Amino acid sequence: MNESLITIAMPKGRIFGDACRLLRNAGFRLPETFETTRKLIFDLESEPFRFILAKPVDVPTYVEYGAADIGIAGKDVLLESGRDVYEMVDLGISKCHMAVAGLAKHQSRRPFLKIATKYPNIASDFYRKRGEQVDLIALNGSIELAPIVGLADAIVDIVSTGQTLKENGLVEYDRLLDVSSRLVVNPVSYRLKKGLIDRIVEKMIKATEGTKVGMD
Amino acid sequence: MSQPYMFEKPLGLRDTLPQAQKEISRLEMIFQRELQRWGYDFIKTPALEYAETIGRASAIADNRLFKFLDAEGHPVVLRPDMTTPIARIAASSLREEPLPLRLAYTADLYRSQRKEGGHPSEFEQTGAELIGDATPYADVEVISLMMSLLEKSGLASVRLAVGHVGFVNAFFYDMVKDKAIVNHLRNLLYSKNDVGFHDYVATLHVTGEVAALLNSFVDSRRMNNKETLQFLERLADTSSTPVHSYYQNITELIHLLKLDNLDAQIDLDITLVPHLSYYTGFVFQGFGGNLGFPVASGGRYDDLLAKFNRPCPATGFGIRLDRLMSAIAMPEAEREKKCAVIYDRENAGNAMRYAAEEREKGRSVVLQHAEGIDIQETFEQQFESVTYFLERTETEE
Repeated sequence: MNESLITIAMPKGRIFGDACRLLRNAGFRLPETFETTRKLIFDLESEPFRFILAKPVDVPTYVEYGAADIGIAGKDVLLESGRDVYEMVDLGISKCHMAVAGLAKHQSRRPFLKIATKYPNIASDFYRKRGEQVDLIALNGSIELAPIVGLADAIVDIVSTGQTLKENGLVEYDRLLDVSSRLVVNPVSYRLKKGLIDRIVEKMIKATEGTKVGMD
Repeated sequence: MSQPYMFEKPLGLRDTLPQAQKEISRLEMIFQRELQRWGYDFIKTPALEYAETIGRASAIADNRLFKFLDAEGHPVVLRPDMTTPIARIAASSLREEPLPLRLAYTADLYRSQRKEGGHPSEFEQTGAELIGDATPYADVEVISLMMSLLEKSGLASVRLAVGHVGFVNAFFYDMVKDKAIVNHLRNLLYSKNDVGFHDYVATLHVTGEVAALLNSFVDSRRMNNKETLQFLERLADTSSTPVHSYYQNITELIHLLKLDNLDAQIDLDITLVPHLSYYTGFVFQGFGGNLGFPVASGGRYDDLLAKFNRPCPATGFGIRLDRLMSAIAMPEAEREKKCAVIYDRENAGNAMRYAAEEREKGRSVVLQHAEGIDIQETFEQQFESVTYFLERTETEE
């Protein structure tokens, strides 16, 4: 393990822009091309930081195995994957919530409710705690389709503005939890590079204080 | 499940091929020598134990145990850890031995079955247990011993994190006076969920002062050792007796580790809470090299022997050889220092005598009849030197 280099796993896609903005606020000198580059690995010239660009659901995996020291990941993927990493800072960005949703008119009374979701662990946990038995159907995207075409009675998915639900004639039945992005740290990296990582964590805490005040 | 392929093994199990086994033997030998030098005696226990005794006392979650019925219909488990069987021995067969006892082991442990890489169902562990000494000096001994083993194994940049679950429990109880809340807070530390910890504290009905103390408790991970000690002193001053005596133990431990020149490698982190629920006092984890997972862990378990009807304090650690191997930067695969003696029927006697003499000198010698070789050229390539005892040549090449 290179003790003077910090590898940071960044989530591509929805969170990426927010995350970059926050890193810049925290004092990271990211180049202007950072958001547009198609490279998957990016070394900063001025500081000992290496960024790797991964699919959001894979960020906790890179961090748990130590391939990245630090990562930025949504609470939804952290909960779903159950990875053994330090969840050190609520970055307060890319806020949304997880909800159960379905067709407005349809209130199924079937004994086995069918639930389509990208988050089978979270969904199963939610219904087990309630003592309800449901059949889970794992999908990878466009979850809103499932109740419309009759694949499932309801879905468990993240909702940010509610626009997608609305346009597809779906309504929220239940709210499971609030989701935002978190700074996660590998437990071994934390011990071997404590000084460097503590400094990053403190910078990030300071930077998020700004966003939190701004958003509340 | 569909029919397994002929070469397949059950989920999570693996073969150890010669090169890896050589590295394991090297580590085993280093560890055995060092543990004996510290006066620890090796013992062995059976791989199968009763589910009601060892299985229950071991604190490994039930769904992670390999459990089945023996020939008499008793539920049995493949041992998931060695600390519990050693506690059983200390409480029974070694009951009359003078305390403290110093015991060591190298054994295969079993935790079932995970699909993902890096979590084998069967792994080898070397460890030591110091039984019957309640003082922090015993904790210092096992920590120094573990550090010494890790250093000697060739692991780079060895580090240690030390915490104290006794302090955590007592302090939380002082703050909130509710066991369920204490468990919840401790669980959040175990799952390393700082964000969740802060969120949960915000929902508690406590004074602003208590909430601030709880929050700074989890944030204390980012302090250096000196700051952490000052912080703990502040907590201990306002707290009841157990917290205060735990604090005394912590300062004593840090003081002694300093005398042992280990303080630079040690991170005092009061938020460290490992999974095994039988720990009662100091807990620690060893890190290093090139791996995302801790290679060693241990702690004090003063209540475990009472489960076997012999209340007795104890402390110890285990080093996972599979993880240590992946964490150590392997030296360039050394060319095998073996030589071959190739002989035929007429020269068998001479060849055998020659091989025996060379082996006495400490060399590894393969004695091979010429007719048994499949392809001569590739066979000979494996060896540093080849000596022929054949009818015509009889000379060394």
